[in-house]
Amino acid sequence: MPLEKQKQQYNDMVNRIKPKPPVLRNVFWAFITGGLISLIGQLILSFYRSQGLNINDAGAATSATLVFLAAFLTGLGIYDEITRRAGAGSIVPITGFANSMVAPAMEYRAEGLVFGVGARLFTVAGPVLVFGMVAAWVAGILYYFFR
Amino acid sequence: MQLFWAFVIGGAICVVGQLLMDLTNYKVTPAHILVGFVTAGAVISAFGLYQPLVDLAGAGATVPLSGFGHLLAQGAINGVKQNGLLGAFGGGISAAAVGITAAVVFGYLSALAFRPKG
Repeated sequence: MPLEKQKQQYNDMVNRIKPKPPVLRNVFWAFITGGLISLIGQLILSFYRSQGLNINDAGAATSATLVFLAAFLTGLGIYDEITRRAGAGSIVPITGFANSMVAPAMEYRAEGLVFGVGARLFTVAGPVLVFGMVAAWVAGILYYFFR
Repeated sequence: MQLFWAFVIGGAICVVGQLLMDLTNYKVTPAHILVGFVTAGAVISAFGLYQPLVDLAGAGATVPLSGFGHLLAQGAINGVKQNGLLGAFGGGISAAAVGITAAVVFGYLSALAFRPKG
């Protein structure tokens, strides 16, 4: 039997046997959690607006506040408990971005402040910033030449 | 009303991420989700299609990481408007500077202050 076909059969078998995620339940919790985090964000945003910040500053302050809360809850081990149930609901919001920085940094602290905490903060945030910066740069360049 | 739309749109954007994780055969990790959402947000924003969502849902559109991509892309475009070509380099990060610095500072301090469980 050719190797390719064997591989194909093996992959088919794995896909048949591996447990199917309970999609409906996951989607439900992702919606509720993602919605709640956004709702909290909206409340914080409205608070900063009522303090007289303009829309950009209020947005930035809201992000900073949410990031602080997420870093704190990750430190306490609470955020990862939430993610176990909420899945993408707590990964996609900016709080999930903060969680993706703190969790590995805590985990590898024993490797020191430079290669442990300092480097691991960017395990996920690094790629996110790379792709975000390149995409934004391309958007700016295209705007420059075509507008 | 804005609270309602923040909840619904914020939840819906997360559902897209959940479906990508559950229904595709590739192993989609949280890192892939975050990278994908930032990139998608920046692209959608560059075509001018993300701002209407922000106008409707407020934090429902800006709290998910696609909003971070939107912030970066609009920053770069506004940078070009003000500074020409140089703005494409500086505008994005300038717009997102508060969030990025907050994430690094609070992340670093939190990693120092807490011990992982287990």
